[in-house]
Amino acid sequence: MTIFLAICIPFLMALLVPLMYTFFPKFKIGWFVLIAPLAVLGILASYIPKIAGGQTAIYTYDWVPSLGMSITVYLDGLSMIFSLLISGVGALVILYAIHYLSSKEALHHFYCYLLLFMGAMLGVVFSDNMMVLYAFWELTSVSSFLLIAFWHHRHASRTGARKSMLITVTGGITMLIGFLLLHEMTGTFSIRKTIEQAAILYDHPLFIGALICVLIGAFTKSAQFPFHIWLPDAMEAPTPVSAYLHSATMVKAGIYIVARFTPIFAYGWTWFWLVTFVGLITLVWGSFNAVKQTDLKALLAFSTISQLGLIMSLLGMGSFAYHVQIDTSTIIYTQATFVALFHLVNHSTFKGALFMAVGIIDHEAGTRDIRRLGGLMSLMPITFTITVIGSMSMAGLPPFNGFLSKELFFSSALATASIDMTSLPSIVALVPIMAWVASIFTFIYSCILVVKTFFESPKKLPDVKIHEAPIGMLISPIILVSFVFGIFLFPNTLAKYILSPAMLSIYPQGASQEMMTPHISAWHGFNTELWMTIGVVVAGIILFKLLPKWKGIYNRLPKHLTLNGLFNRALYEAENVSSFITRLYMTGSLRQYMLFVYIVLLGVVGGYFALNDAFNFSMDNNAPIHIYEVILVGVMGAAAIAMLFVSSRVTATVLNGIIGYGLSIFFVIFRAPDLALTQLIVESVTTVLFLLCFTYLPAWKKDRLPSRTKIMNGIISVAVGMTVVAISLSVLHFNEFKTISSYFENAYELAGGKNIVNTILGDFRAFDTMLEVVVLCIASIGVYQMIRLRMKKGGDRHENK
Amino acid sequence: MRINDLLLKTVVRIVVFIILTLAIYLFFAGHYSPGGGFIGGLVIASAFVLLYLTYDLETVQKGIPVDFKVVAAIGVLLAVGTGFGSVLFGVDFLTQTAHHFNLPLVGDKELGTVMIFELGVALTVVGVVMTIITSIAEGDED
Repeated sequence: MTIFLAICIPFLMALLVPLMYTFFPKFKIGWFVLIAPLAVLGILASYIPKIAGGQTAIYTYDWVPSLGMSITVYLDGLSMIFSLLISGVGALVILYAIHYLSSKEALHHFYCYLLLFMGAMLGVVFSDNMMVLYAFWELTSVSSFLLIAFWHHRHASRTGARKSMLITVTGGITMLIGFLLLHEMTGTFSIRKTIEQAAILYDHPLFIGALICVLIGAFTKSAQFPFHIWLPDAMEAPTPVSAYLHSATMVKAGIYIVARFTPIFAYGWTWFWLVTFVGLITLVWGSFNAVKQTDLKALLAFSTISQLGLIMSLLGMGSFAYHVQIDTSTIIYTQATFVALFHLVNHSTFKGALFMAVGIIDHEAGTRDIRRLGGLMSLMPITFTITVIGSMSMAGLPPFNGFLSKELFFSSALATASIDMTSLPSIVALVPIMAWVASIFTFIYSCILVVKTFFESPKKLPDVKIHEAPIGMLISPIILVSFVFGIFLFPNTLAKYILSPAMLSIYPQGASQEMMTPHISAWHGFNTELWMTIGVVVAGIILFKLLPKWKGIYNRLPKHLTLNGLFNRALYEAENVSSFITRLYMTGSLRQYMLFVYIVLLGVVGGYFALNDAFNFSMDNNAPIHIYEVILVGVMGAAAIAMLFVSSRVTATVLNGIIGYGLSIFFVIFRAPDLALTQLIVESVTTVLFLLCFTYLPAWKKDRLPSRTKIMNGIISVAVGMTVVAISLSVLHFNEFKTISSYFENAYELAGGKNIVNTILGDFRAFDTMLEVVVLCIASIGVYQMIRLRMKKGGDRHENK
Repeated sequence: MRINDLLLKTVVRIVVFIILTLAIYLFFAGHYSPGGGFIGGLVIASAFVLLYLTYDLETVQKGIPVDFKVVAAIGVLLAVGTGFGSVLFGVDFLTQTAHHFNLPLVGDKELGTVMIFELGVALTVVGVVMTIITSIAEGDED
């Protein structure tokens, strides 16, 4: 129950934020918002002992029992790690944002979106039902969109927001397809129940499809190659958002999905190959591209991409354990997964600190362009220390946590490469090489980050007095770097209480929890891993010194062939094609729109009747026709024909009114007083509307249409009229569908009303009525808006201001 | 250009109340004889339209200081709310119920949740019609 509360807290707070803003405008909302992550953190902390003991907590809330939909909140080791990151980093980021964002910004919006995101993210990691998970997943995309576009007056923010939304939502929908395929195979949306059936799933024909769909969802969210292009553009968001969403939490949702679905999909070899190599390619490509960046945040974005690739590839290597019998000799393969989780935590600590430090530099120096920055070491000593610690950890140097996970990463890569070559193609030998090359680039960009910003002499610093940031802004990164160092000192505490229970979630039928938790030590003799690290440092320093000499290779790839170029091209083409298609039918002529409606009516309704041979009617059983009915028909017909030849709008309106009132007399004759009344009033009100609209209409003039079009229109109108007449005559003999009149005969018993028209509206078809009412309301708001907009025409345009 | 039509104004002043009374009758009669929320709402709206036609916008708005957009919104909330109300009592969405009450003056009457739903429909219809007509009418004045 309390875990369920943990998801609700951020949403409830998000509801309260606007109220706080309205009633206490002087109060700093940030302090109020801070309660949410702290409360969640408190709830989670109370579960740590239970989870560390290998237990899980579960709570089911029946949401829509009649549809079998329930929100099952499931807390195990894996969701514990992620939820601790979400709430922990969330608290630090809010603390940082209180000082980072000026109070002139739309803070109530900012915190509202941030809380929405936090709740959605917690929902993703706690949901057991895939559909609920998907809903929360898309909510994270939406809130990320809103946060990236927070400074929406900037063009780049809006473009970045749109790009991230397009890519992640496309991935999300693909993932939804994957979930539906899984449901098709297993008949359940519950992840736990799917895992129970996992061993028999992998030779199902839909298995590969589901696997690829789910992976695309995970890869787009976690910015894996080639979907990574949205992440650098997302850096237009305020820095607290970048630190929180785009390095610590949201981009790790894809990692979460991969880890969570490993027990289901790892039985297929495709999973191992795809996850490992997409991860490795992302790792190398991200780190390679980070070196050429000139914007500090873009550099960190590419670094995040590459680190996410690292974690992803480790999860891929770990899935190999599903193909062997787990015992003491093969337990080494599960270690890769353990390292993935370990590095996940480490990355959040050092990358969060680095983002915050870069935010401070941007805030104080007014720029984050490394071509302009330099020599900040003496001006900002604390920020410098934070950056150095973060960068060293990122580069994998002791004495920081990044060193431990980097060493373990190397040993997992080596273990994968030494897998028996008879069962795997020798391409796995590439794994440690790619890992090593990427680490060199990681080392280089870490050097760039520190040296270009803090050492070399300043080049074109903006003309401001630069000084150290206020302590409020420094607290959060200081806490994070103390974790960076603390984890290095006591890695096994973290491993025992937080990481090892998660191993049970990923290998549910594997070995025991203790067996899968390796002992982490900083020093283990001069082994291959250590030599690899030393090699990274040596090669990294040499290449960093020679950077100006080889920088030219970055300009080799022509711009239109880059992934970004291709994405923009595709977007441009899609816009062109869709606007071309739209222009084909949105001609602005009402007559043509009516034409489309009629053609569809003819084709679909008339076609349906024609195909079913339903156009058979006999006049035998019809009631006799009376003289006044004939007279009425004559009057209405004359009015309709006369309307074609009149030359003024008022006359046309009056003639139209004659038809309408004539119809209501018919209703009276056929004893339908409700309909007659309604028809009368509707006719009167629409006549008033007509008259009101006259001023908007252009002068009445005869259209000079080519006679061919006129004949065509004539044929269609007559055909529609005939079809409607034919259909109304033949429905009397139409028995294709079940008759519904039995309901109406028992209206009083079923709905307690004697007026069946009303019982239809209010009870039998109440759902229709309700939605119609909603549609009406929306339509009236639309009319109101459009007229308001038209009145303001000539004023400022809000877009692209 | 305003025509000072004394005859029309005098008649409308009385007729509007007759129309409104009819509307209320139609609304309450709805479940057993012709009438109902939709028609009731339309009749109310047509009474207002008649007022607007006879007098001008400003005068009527002073007499009926109601924001019809809000009326429409309240109507939608009522209609949707009855749907959710039934969920709270553990029955399916939009289930309607009714009971007999012995009321003073009017005697034995059946009151049901369908009335609330119908009230929602009626309010929405009034709100929508009036919003559209007044905004179009305001729009064409400038």
